[in-house]
Amino acid sequence: MSTYAKKQGFGATLWDFMTTVDHKKIAILYLISGGLFFILGGLEAVFIRIQLAIPDNNFMSAGIFNEMITMHGTTMIFLAAMPILLGIMNAVMPLQIGARDVAFPFLNSLGFWLFFFGGVVLNLSWFLGGAPDAGWTSYASLAIHSEGHGVDFYVLGLQISGFGTLIAGINFLVTIINMRTPGMTYMRMPMFTWTTFVVSALILFAFPPLTVGLFLLLFDRMFGANFFDVAAGGNTIIWEHLFWIFGHPEVYILILPAFGIFSEIFSTFSRKRLFGYSSMVFATVLIGFLGFMVWAHHMFTVGLGPIANAIFAIATMAIAVPTGIKIFNWIFTMWGGSVTFTVPMLYAVSFIPSFTMGGVTGIMLGAAPADYQYHDSYFVVAHFHYVIVGGVVLGILAGVTYYWPKMFGTMLNETLGKFTFWLFLIGFHLTFFVQHFLGLMGMPRRVFTYLPGQGWETSNLISSIGAIFMSVGIIILLINIVITSVKNVRVGNDPWGDGRTLEWAIPSPPPFYNFKQLPLVRGLDAYWIEKMEGKKEMTPAEPLDDIHMPNGSIIPICITIGLFIAAFGALYNMDNKTWSVPVIIIGLLITFGSMLVRSLKDDHGFHIHKEELMDDKDKEVKA
Amino acid sequence: MHVEEKFTDATWPASPETATLEAKNKYLGFWLFLGGETVLFASLFATYLALKDKVPDSSMPLAKDLFEIPLTFAMTMILLTSSLTSVYAMYHMKNNSFQKMQTWLVITVLLGFSFLALEIYEFNHYVHLGHSFTSSAFGSAFYSLVGFHGAHVTFGLMWFLALMIRNAKRGLSLYNAPKFFVASLYWHFIDVVWVFIFTVVYLMGMVG
Repeated sequence: MSTYAKKQGFGATLWDFMTTVDHKKIAILYLISGGLFFILGGLEAVFIRIQLAIPDNNFMSAGIFNEMITMHGTTMIFLAAMPILLGIMNAVMPLQIGARDVAFPFLNSLGFWLFFFGGVVLNLSWFLGGAPDAGWTSYASLAIHSEGHGVDFYVLGLQISGFGTLIAGINFLVTIINMRTPGMTYMRMPMFTWTTFVVSALILFAFPPLTVGLFLLLFDRMFGANFFDVAAGGNTIIWEHLFWIFGHPEVYILILPAFGIFSEIFSTFSRKRLFGYSSMVFATVLIGFLGFMVWAHHMFTVGLGPIANAIFAIATMAIAVPTGIKIFNWIFTMWGGSVTFTVPMLYAVSFIPSFTMGGVTGIMLGAAPADYQYHDSYFVVAHFHYVIVGGVVLGILAGVTYYWPKMFGTMLNETLGKFTFWLFLIGFHLTFFVQHFLGLMGMPRRVFTYLPGQGWETSNLISSIGAIFMSVGIIILLINIVITSVKNVRVGNDPWGDGRTLEWAIPSPPPFYNFKQLPLVRGLDAYWIEKMEGKKEMTPAEPLDDIHMPNGSIIPICITIGLFIAAFGALYNMDNKTWSVPVIIIGLLITFGSMLVRSLKDDHGFHIHKEELMDDKDKEVKA
Repeated sequence: MHVEEKFTDATWPASPETATLEAKNKYLGFWLFLGGETVLFASLFATYLALKDKVPDSSMPLAKDLFEIPLTFAMTMILLTSSLTSVYAMYHMKNNSFQKMQTWLVITVLLGFSFLALEIYEFNHYVHLGHSFTSSAFGSAFYSLVGFHGAHVTFGLMWFLALMIRNAKRGLSLYNAPKFFVASLYWHFIDVVWVFIFTVVYLMGMVG
């Protein structure tokens, strides 16, 4: 551990993380910043529930409420759920395929910083005249009339962080296609790698429509264009199409990695091979494909006509088939296995009924004629929180707990973990189950208050109490993280004892080059196969040799800061400030200048010599 | 094969753009990026088609009043030719003839700049006819689609120039060969997008 064990000062550590291109450190950056945004979004949710706990409440004004719901949705989707999942992908996927890093380590770092500064731009709106208030979907008919700069922060923040996500998607695709270790065929890839692969493809094709949609809104609001100005010939439905062509694949971008995490957890803690592996792969690909065919089910009430509605309704319901395949495969994986209920497994088991309920309401909403009744009511809110919290957030909590030892080398406390689990699960169902009925009773979504005497009081109060349960659960998780980090009890390669895939065959956390020698994969669940033959480690696929590694770089931050500056120029352009255009130009010059430097400066990386690797081996044996 | 290795004509690999792992990654990653770019332009085309001829009052010029085939046909031929010359450049890259590659790239860049000059002239002309970015939804959609393409052309030209100047004294290596190659891929992509613009915007604009 020549470089790892060295004690560093705070400044050196900070610089190290600012310039790192190591996928494991970038994963930690994603996890920390995603976690911070998750707490922010959670606080916003709590404020929303306080406001709605009793009728006629004046905890916050209608305007602030609109900002809260917009920022809650936007933050949770773009700045919390997706980055945390990208963090887990970064931490785990290269290890699962036996790679030493991702294909483009520099771009990996760039992707992170773009996401991070995009999130910062978005959240600076709170301090610079008000947050966006046109809803997380920011429909153009509302958004072009929103006063102040709120929506501009939304547009520019998402534009910057969207570039980051797109880069991450391309990076993971190339990594999985080109950098699998010998023997790791596609049909031997762990399920989480498969979902990462499909999700990356979804990112690649789903984000450009969002980019265009955001550009149109940006041009309209900041540069006097007329895309959405009906009086000048514009059409606001264009935004709805572009947004949902992105937005529907986006929900699969969120849920598929969670499916992957759960697949790993089910098979690990059932001590069984994942049931129906090839049908799982097929179902994942099919969900990814169909995910692009259903965007207009968000627009049933727009008036696209009965034929369009019917086609999109049927396509929507078709997605239930591959999803059902997955649900049954998970159940059959547990069937007859020796199941241990660790914290990740608890999340996984509770995910099945929770998510299925979200799926069932999804089918209800997918029935176009019935949707006219549910549209824009709390029924919709209940539905998408059942799939996103009951699917994605449970998946994130499970994944973070499951991979924590691999990322940090310590084990989270199981007892505290169980407290978090039960509080969160009970709180989740308390909060959202009653919202189905609120919706059916006619409560519209996105209202800042309601009148007494409509039968909505009790349910709303129950819902708000549930939010407290979830908050306490998350606070216990944070305490758990602090306690675990302070105690710092180190764990070995395979802390859960039943690891099946390559990541559990190497130290926790792995050395910065991951694999001293690339492992030879002889089948699905490669490490399990070796274990069954009584071996403790993987068979190497190559002799010990020099390892080529990339250099760290500060350029990703420079590129990002340029865009950050340009964003503020664009933002204030509509106020006729004289400095706005020069600021845009300066910002873009910094960005393109940094890209030019990156392009012109040769960077061949460095080699870790064979002799050093041998030293490491000796040290490991001694330790 | 290693990036810093020195090569002769005899040892230079047949496909230097995919000879190392880094090069293979770059090659594949760039193709995927172009996939994303295709969706980006598809979205812009869809927006354009939805907003074509959508103007606030009937006195404003429509597509059939504005577009002239001779100019845009000339632009099309120039850009198509520049795509061909970049193919010649890549042919010489694969044969390790650095100077010939540079020469063809110079021709490519010159053609690219003349395309850009004509486009600027064209835009200026339309603005004088009352068709501007802010005049109507049609104008916004037109300038966004064609302007995005123009920005891609500009970026491509800057990219070629940066590569040519940077490597002028160093010649070819397995480190920079993939860079030239993906730049030329980008150039072809720009060309293909223009073919669609010529068809959808200009030709279809003429017939109604």
